[in-house]
Amino acid sequence: MISATDLRLTFGKGTPLENPALRGMSLTVNQGEFVTVIGSNGAGKSTFLNALAGEVMVDSGQIIVDNQDVTRLPTYKRAARVARVFQDPLAGTCENLSIEENLALAIKRGQRRGLSAAVKRQYLGQFRESLSSLKLGLESRLGDKMGLLSGGQRQAVSLLMASLTPSSILLLDEHTAALDPKTAAFVLDLTEQIIEEQKLTALMVTHSMKQALEVGSRTVMLHQGQVVFDIAGKDREGLEVKDLLGLFEKQRGLQVDDDSLLLG
Amino acid sequence: MLSEIAFYGALETGLIYGLVAFGIYISFRVLDFPDLTVDGSFPLGAAVAAVLLLEGWNPWLATGCAVLAGMAAGAVTAILNVKLNILNLLASILTMIALYSVNLRIMGRPNIALLTEETVLTPWYDLGLDYHQVPVLLFVIVVFVSLILLWRFMKSETGLAMRATGANARMARAQGIATGGMIILGVALSNGLVGLAGALFAQSQGAADVTMGVGVIVIGLASLIGGEAVITPSTVIRALLACVIGAIIYRLAIAFALNADILGLQAQDLNLITAVLVTLAIVLPGVRTNIANRFTRKKA
Ligand SMILES: Nc1ncnc2c1ncn2[C@@H]1O[C@H](COP(=O)(O)OP(=O)(O)OP(=O)(O)O)[C@@H](O)[C@H]1O
Ligand SMILES: [Mg+2]
Repeated sequence: MISATDLRLTFGKGTPLENPALRGMSLTVNQGEFVTVIGSNGAGKSTFLNALAGEVMVDSGQIIVDNQDVTRLPTYKRAARVARVFQDPLAGTCENLSIEENLALAIKRGQRRGLSAAVKRQYLGQFRESLSSLKLGLESRLGDKMGLLSGGQRQAVSLLMASLTPSSILLLDEHTAALDPKTAAFVLDLTEQIIEEQKLTALMVTHSMKQALEVGSRTVMLHQGQVVFDIAGKDREGLEVKDLLGLFEKQRGLQVDDDSLLLG
Repeated sequence: MLSEIAFYGALETGLIYGLVAFGIYISFRVLDFPDLTVDGSFPLGAAVAAVLLLEGWNPWLATGCAVLAGMAAGAVTAILNVKLNILNLLASILTMIALYSVNLRIMGRPNIALLTEETVLTPWYDLGLDYHQVPVLLFVIVVFVSLILLWRFMKSETGLAMRATGANARMARAQGIATGGMIILGVALSNGLVGLAGALFAQSQGAADVTMGVGVIVIGLASLIGGEAVITPSTVIRALLACVIGAIIYRLAIAFALNADILGLQAQDLNLITAVLVTLAIVLPGVRTNIANRFTRKKA
């Protein structure tokens, strides 16, 4: 379980560019939930994921992962519990390391690293097996440099890497956005398949409202650094994009009303 | 042609600079950390070894201390960068400048001659080899052992984590790698190798001098870039071999250039020649390597 409470974060505090990216963001994701996250540009989706991962430190609020307060822990100390796939296919892997070396890095995510050989013989079977499940023929190319792979292949391997060891939460930030539609569909299918098979808890940011409703078990929308709505279960079934937009309008309207109430 | 003495001399210094190139490979190539500390850690290694030899220490123990001193210097640079957020290049310049004073303090004077002291080379002269071949033989062994150890290390879990840190720090962090710690470890290791080179250089030349570090970084870079032009550094072992080959080729080339009277070059022209060669290597198309790109392209 992962829970964020009242996260606040302002970029460029005290400068003319002061920018409150998170304004009281709260969200609890239960074990096994697959949450899709939507919101307009600049809504704070990436910032929220970065805050969960430890890449940015929040000004206030609390982040709990599996009953441990990780609010002040740096990324590398959270890595045992938090797995990630980035938007940029180049970001999640090392292009000048081989496929097997990238996988060997990932199999030790969040664990102590010693002086024994990184790519161990006993890993190779597992690497080949998981790579062959991608059906990209990568199982025979373990020694190839990661940089030789296409964006879609790299993203598929990034997903594999993220799921090679158990995690409390898998963070996906528009991880199909940089791919062509066909490849994006392939990576999305793969994502659903892995999350389902391994019963992962996941948070997936997407720009497609349609996708947000089709995939996963719960959808939240962020706006101006806050959750504006959060739907799951029955409420979410049969919901269409236009319903989402309606919900958004309604929520925004309410918020304006709240403000005017306060001012009045 | 090159005399036998000049030839072995070039091999000897080439091998020592091979160790320097290993160090520069770790900082510049593996960690993507432009580190100029080496201009200070090279004479630091020499100073520490020389002073301890004067004290009558076991030569290998003295050399080991030189390695540790070099590692400490590297760690200072890296800590300035990682913990105090000083730009890496500037951090290394600060340490390098500070080391000039430190080295003078350690030696107590600008230079120390090691004429009668026992050095790591002393026992090897009894083997019956030609006088000029002895350092070459010993240094071949030292370089070979260092190369194997470094290669094993780079292939280890920690070594792979270090390579990931330099190649993609964000990804490395997400994999649970303490990138700051890796930078400190790597830059320390790098300067430990350079300290070793300085200690061996002092012992083979029979002197340590505070100014002996001037230009070490550029010679090391010349070796690295030259080596990469000969052996494409597509794997760790190839990259390490490139360091040694590059350093030896460089030294031989310099020896030839100095030897050819028509060129009218003298030993003091060395730094100028090196700087020109490195500049050419960086700007000439075709010899562009990743490391060359580092110095011409603005980092995103
Ligand atoms: N490192 C940073 N420094 C300063 N401002 C930042 C930084 N990162 C994000 N911001 C700002 O914080 C706000 C939220 O950005 P964020 O990237 O979280 O949005 P997003 O919801 O992911 O948007 P998009 O859909 O475009 O990816 C934006 O106004 C952005 O400009
Ligand atoms: Mg974003």
